[in-house]
This record gives sequence, structure tokens and C-alpha cells, in this order.
Amino acid sequence: MQSLVSYLARTLALVRKELLALLTDPSSRVLLFTPALMQSLLFGYGATYDLTYAPYAVLNQSPGVAATELLARIDGTGVFKRVATLTGSNQIAGVIESGDALLAITIPPNFEARLASGQQVPLQVVLDGRNSSTAGLAAAYVSSIVASFNASRGTTPSLTIVRRAWFNPNLESRWNLMPPLIASLSMIQTLMLAALSVAREREQGTFDQLLVTPLTPLQILIGKALPSILVGLIQSTIIFLIIRFWFEIPINGSVGLLYLGLFMFTVASVGIGLSISALSLTMQQAMLYTFMLVMPLMLLSGQLTPVGNMPAILQVATYANPLRFGIDVVRRVYLEGAGLSEVAFDFVPMLAVSAMTVPLAAWLFRNRLA
Amino acid sequence: MTSSGNAIVAVEALRRTFEDPGGGVIAAVDDLSMMVRTGQLTALVGPDGAGKTTLMRMFAGLLGPDSGSLRVLGIDVTADPQSVQDRISYMPQRFGLYEDLSVQENLTLYADLHGVPQDQRRERFSRMLEMTDLTRFTGRPAGKLSGGMKQKLGLACTLVRSPDLLLLDEPSVGVDPLSRRDLWTIVQQLVDEEHLSVIVSTAYMDEAERCAQVFVMNRGKLLAEGAPESLRTRAHGLTFTAVPPGGTPARELQARLIDAPELIIDAVPVGGNVRFIRRPEADPVRLSDLLRGARCEARREELEDAFMMLLQQHHEQETESPATPSPAIAVAMPRTAGGGDKPVIIVRDLVRTFGDFTAVASTSFDVARGEIFGLLGPNGAGKTTTFRMLCGLLPATSGRLQVAGRNLRTAGAQARARIGYVSQRFALYGNLTVRNNLEFFGGAYGLRGKALKARVEASLAQFGLDASAKSGLLPAGYKQRLAMATGLLHEPDILFLDEPTSGIDPLARRAFWRTITALAKSGVTIIVTTHFMEEAEYCDRIAIQDAGQMLALGTPTEVREQAAEAAGDMNSAFIAIVERGRARREAQGAAT
Repeated sequence: MQSLVSYLARTLALVRKELLALLTDPSSRVLLFTPALMQSLLFGYGATYDLTYAPYAVLNQSPGVAATELLARIDGTGVFKRVATLTGSNQIAGVIESGDALLAITIPPNFEARLASGQQVPLQVVLDGRNSSTAGLAAAYVSSIVASFNASRGTTPSLTIVRRAWFNPNLESRWNLMPPLIASLSMIQTLMLAALSVAREREQGTFDQLLVTPLTPLQILIGKALPSILVGLIQSTIIFLIIRFWFEIPINGSVGLLYLGLFMFTVASVGIGLSISALSLTMQQAMLYTFMLVMPLMLLSGQLTPVGNMPAILQVATYANPLRFGIDVVRRVYLEGAGLSEVAFDFVPMLAVSAMTVPLAAWLFRNRLA
Repeated sequence: MTSSGNAIVAVEALRRTFEDPGGGVIAAVDDLSMMVRTGQLTALVGPDGAGKTTLMRMFAGLLGPDSGSLRVLGIDVTADPQSVQDRISYMPQRFGLYEDLSVQENLTLYADLHGVPQDQRRERFSRMLEMTDLTRFTGRPAGKLSGGMKQKLGLACTLVRSPDLLLLDEPSVGVDPLSRRDLWTIVQQLVDEEHLSVIVSTAYMDEAERCAQVFVMNRGKLLAEGAPESLRTRAHGLTFTAVPPGGTPARELQARLIDAPELIIDAVPVGGNVRFIRRPEADPVRLSDLLRGARCEARREELEDAFMMLLQQHHEQETESPATPSPAIAVAMPRTAGGGDKPVIIVRDLVRTFGDFTAVASTSFDVARGEIFGLLGPNGAGKTTTFRMLCGLLPATSGRLQVAGRNLRTAGAQARARIGYVSQRFALYGNLTVRNNLEFFGGAYGLRGKALKARVEASLAQFGLDASAKSGLLPAGYKQRLAMATGLLHEPDILFLDEPTSGIDPLARRAFWRTITALAKSGVTIIVTTHFMEEAEYCDRIAIQDAGQMLALGTPTEVREQAAEAAGDMNSAFIAIVERGRARREAQGAAT
């Protein structure tokens, strides 16, 4: 009992020192929390797939009531803004190439007449495919405008689609993009923090002084890991609060389960960070390794592009990526309201990564030769 | 003083200040005037922080003065630094070698940077490589050279062209006696053969003794100047050697003498005796009381004596009190009895290999309780490896290692709880306060609650430390004190000191050793590595290692006797033993 108390007290001394070192320096204090704040606001406002402004050009070869009505409908969306009125089809290439217009709509010469006689008329839409997703969105908007135009003229198609998007009724891309930030943004910081923790001590020569104390590798590990985990969770909390209360994206699942998932995920990230740190001799090395790792972790996480769209071999590789499962837990618990049994599988790969990296780091503390 | 036409450097009322981290202003060079003559070797000597480096950098035009005039080679450096830099070579303390480039590539690079014509290079390179004895290593990456060889390569790179003036800033810091001797041979050769003007800054008096002109500096002020022979006479008639009564260690007598600053200016143990300088006004009766019958002989004064006198006088002028070697620390710590005469460190057949390189080969020795044990050796000799294995920082490849009654291989944490460690450079958390550092290390050693509080307070008082000061901003001497306080916080049985005195001034070094001898007296075992051979004299026993082999082990006197013919001082004894060891190895290598 006495020895257990003593063991914990020693470990606590290290935790306290690590926290003091992090928090006494005003500049590092600022660095701990402002990036999470700034990045989540930036992502919230800056990163969106929703189409809110689409400049277009029109070549109207059939001035008349029908064409005017169609164009009025397009202008009336508030999204499309007419930037050019063309007089010949040879001008289309110019406005698209220069990027002045995202799309060019051509109304053919016999538009009015054929519509009046109940015939089908093709409407040509030329799109700037250099940005495929925006072009696709714009095209979809145009077709839905045309569909409602048709409906107003009493031509009912035989088949209609009625859309209900679950978990994100208005299909706002912010809902899709933001909750994963709770995991991914805090990961960058925890990874860096853990990666620098031992490397900094090695570089400044304090690690030897730490190693000659009776602290065991396990104690050093706990002492180094706890502050990083704590900082990681605090950052996740900041981002969570911004998403929930500033951007008002409602949470469907249990906050407790969200935090259990985040804890597992943060432990795995800290494990990776500490392994990097124990391998590096200098802070510069640790930073380089971290930057090298962050990019593939992000790309293979499924945050921006679905894992299911990747080649089979990369899909296998994603199992080593705790961020993939961290994001999955967050997304499912947050948007879908998933329960423990539904996300339990996500915990397995994260635990496996922790079980590999944490002991590796502890072993490297003493056995990495300076 | 000669006419200024003969001066290669002329300084008039030069001043340069810096802002110190605490917010105040420090005058690194303070109203200094001096004149350096052409074609000879000139030394700037002074303790750390004397302003030597600042002065050197101003000579080289790398730093502008706040006020005063400075002419180098007859040119006003402040107005036209480039034309001075075109004609001088400057070797800073840490020379910028490219570690991943080979010796030859480094030379070529510096020749390119200085625009040395191709036709002159061949001859210059081969001369430099031959002088520095690096011809064999031209293909080796600079990063893989030993500390001494790096320094020689740095000198070779500085000298790829023939300068009119060579500036060397403490070229021998952290360099072992052998490499130090080689460096000076090269410099001497250049002065003799090329009539090169050289200004060298140094903390070693034996180096200053080789120079034609010596400038003694302290805290930005010039204390004295002159040829070594004339400077020396300042201590004339005040220098003595005391022989301690049979069997007692010299350091006990030395401690008694240095604790009486009103009578004694300086005292150091040398060769089993104590050399001391008495104060001119010291009362002979009180002096003989202090010596307690130890036999006392006058000896010839040396430059070192004059230097210590000048420093001590300057210190007293500035602070109006003698630089006492902090007597507070002499308060003996109560040691738990027991263990008797059993050795506290037992090393048997210790081996450490890195790949196929043997850093330490089958080494055995014991260290008794309360002993001061010195580990000496050239750079790369294996002493650091041995030291790191002893304090548990590096696992041994094979052999037995018992520290404080515990096997270091199986009970590392318990063994480590009984040792204290003070590393070579400041290795505490710079952005934490003194108290935070002490509390953390106390906690790591298992102190908590009231016991921790009591020990921290005691240490703060004992070492005169300000609890709320940021550790990283402390002056060097106080950093050292904090490191010692940390190492001793948990009252260890054994204290490991890794080159503890490198970079601190001679007065602080005396005080430091006074602490160490007091600690040993109270029963703490001390293991110390050092480059200052004269410090080996404080040790009870010393071990000299080279190429992983133990070459000598015994009391300083025994080791000097082993060196036989070169038995003068520790420095030459060390060189003799290492060279003999190397010759023997080469003979063996040739035989097989």
C-alpha cells in the first residue's frame, strides 16, 4: 500500500512538472488552445461544398415569353448570377475559359415555337469541368429548375423522386465536415505535443537527468502521456462546443459515448506521438516525422473522401489509422446517434494501435541510444 | 609600449553593452584600451564572462562597439568591416563544420568560400592536413571525428588561406590535453614559420604562458597586461608549497587554507602537497597557526598565481568582500552509518560495445564510501560511456555493475534512488522556477509532503538560491548551484559529476571543489569526470582510460609515479600514460 502511494506520488510529480512546463510559458499556453479555436471557425465558414454563387452566361437565340420565364427562374434562385449575355456560340469558349462564368446556357432559335407545339426542346448547358464538384452541383440545380419549369407548364413526367436525407435533412456540407474535426484537429496538436515532449528533453539534455531518477519507464510513460491526453481532450471539447453551440449542429448520440471514443482515439494518437518522440534525437526530427505522418493519416481517414472509394490495398491500410475510426465514432455518435454496440467495432483498431505504440515508446525511452 | 605603427590591433576606450535577460544592462567590454603587436602570439585570459568573446567578435567586425575606437590592421573596423574580414581569419568557439561532409569536402568548401585560387590549394591543403595529422582521415565525415580532431579540422579550415591576423576564440575548450598540445604545436609553428600574428583567448594559464603578451580581463575590464615573465612577478614572495603531515590527504589542508580568505588568496592541491598564495599583509603568526605545523616551503611564482591574485583583488574591489568558497555548504549532511568499508561501487569485467566497436573493454574497479574517484581520458576514450553505465543511463553489454549495494542491471530503480547526478551542461527545466525544479526532482526521488518541503527549503538556504527565479535565466554559477542542489536533494550515497567545472571561472571552481571535498568528508562518494588535469589532484583515486582500456588506476601520486620520467604535473603525466598506451597498442597491432 505504502509503495503504491509512493509509486503514484512519483508519477504525479512528473505529470505536475509536464503540466507546469506546458502552462507557465504564455506563448505555449496560447498555442495550446487558439489553433483549435481558429481552425474550427475557419473550417466552419471556409470549408463548404454548398453552391452559393454560380456566375453564368446566356446565349438566347429565341427571345420570347418562355425563354424569359426560364431565365427569370434561374436568376430567382439567388445562386445564379448572369455575368454575360452572348450573341454568338463562338463566344461561349471565351467566357468559360476565362473563368468568368461557371456555365453557359444556350436557348436554341426554335425554343418558343417547339414548346408551343408541345415538342421536346434540348437546352444546352456548357459547364466548366475544371472544378467537377461545383460544376456537378450547378448542373443539378439547373436540372431541378428545368424540372419545376416543366411542371409549371403542365408536362408531368411519369417518374418523380422524393428525397429525404437522414441525419442531415438539408444536406448541408457543414454537418458532414464539422463533427470529424473534433477528432482530426485535436489529433494534429496532441501528436505534435507528444512527439516533442521527449525529443525536447533529449535535445535540451534534461532527459538524462530524468532517466537517472528512480522513475521507471512506465512511470515516465504515464507522466508524459497524461498531460498530452488531457490537452487533446480539452481541445476536442473546445471544438465540440463551437460546433454544437456556435454552428448549432445538433448532437443525436450520447456525449458520454462520444468522450469514450475520443479518449480511446487520443490515447492511440499520443502513443504514436510518443513513439516518434522516443525515436527522435532532436525536436526537428520529431517535427519532420510528425508532418510526414499527418498527411497520410488525414487522407486515409475518410474525413474528406469516403474510405469505400479507395483502392482495396489502401482500404486495408486504413485499419492502422486511428483517425479513421476516431472520425467514424464521432460522426456516427454525433449525427446518427449510434449506441455503444454499433460503434464497438471502431474501438478494436484504436486499441490495437495503442497496444503497439505505447509499449514501444516505453521501451525506446531507455533503449534508444543517444 | 611600442609605436602604434607596429600595432596590429589598437583599441581605445572601447565599450559594448548587452541587455541581460533580467532586463538590466551588462557591459561585456567596459572602457577598454589595449594595443596588440604584430607578428607574435597574444593571449586574452580571463574567466567566463570576462568579455573575451565579445572583444574577439568586435576585432573580427562581427559586432559593433557602442563607443570607442577600434583599428585592426590599421583599418577602422566599424567603418569598413569587410576589408578587415578579407585579411583576417577568425575561429569561433564552436566552429561551423559541416558534419555530413568529409574532412576534404569541408576544406574545399572553406577554400571556395574564401576564394582561394586553385593553384594554391593543393599545397595549402596538404600542409594543413599534415600539420593537423588529419591526412589519414580525409574521407571521413567531420561528424564522426573526435572532439579534438574536429577542433583541429576547424583550425585547418580557418587557415585555408594565409591571413594577416588569426583570431582564435578559446580553441581548447572541452579538448583533452593531447589534442590541446597538438593544437598549440600547430599555432606555434605558424607563428615561427609564417610570422603570423595570432590573438588567442583562453582560460588555461599554461597556454597563456606560451604567449609573448598576455592581457588579463575580468568582467569587461582589463586588469593587467604584459609578458608572462613580468606578470608573474606580481606574486613574487607570496607563493608557497605546504606539505601535509604524513598520510593525510592534501585536500584537507587545502580546505582549511582556502577557508581562511583573510590570510590566503588561493590554495590548490598539487602532487600530494598544497600550493598556496598568502596575502601580502597576512599575519605570520596566524598563518603558522593555520598551517598547524605542516611543513612549508617557498616556491617559484607562476602565471596562474598572478592570475588568481588579480582576479581575487578585482573581485574584492567590486564586491568589497573576499570571494569565499561558500562556507554554507560545508555544513555536513548526517550520513547513515553502516556499510562499513564495503565498496559502494563494484565494477567487474564491464564491457560496452556499439556494433563491432568496443567503447569500454573489460574494466574492473571498486570505489569506497566517501571516496572522490576521478575518471580521466582523452575525448572518445570511453570515459563518458563508463560514466553513463555507472549511473544507469546506458545498459552494459556484459559484466557486473553494483551501485550502492544493488545490481544496476536487475534493480536499476532502487540503485538509481541512491545516486545523484549533475550533468555537464545545464540539464534542468529552464522555463520552470528554481522551486518547481527542486520540487519535481524531489518528487521523482520519492520525497513528498513535509519531508519534501523541508528538503527544498534546506537546499534553497544551503545553496543561496532564489526560489522564484526562472532557472533558465540564472547566471552560469547559479545554474551550477541549482544542478548541485538538485543532485543532492534526496541525500544520495553517491554523487555523479560529469565535467562539472567546464565553463565556470577559477574562483567558482575553487568554491565548487570546496563543496565536493566537504561532501566527501561527510561520507558521500563522488564520481567525477574532468578535462582539467589539475582537478584530478582533489581526487582520492583516479582512473585514466583510452580506447576503452584502463591505462592507470590509483592515487594521483601513484599515477604520477607510473608516468615516471614525466612526473612533473598531472597534465604531463596524463599525456605520457596515454601516449605509452597508444604506442603499446600500435606495437601489438603491428605484431598480429
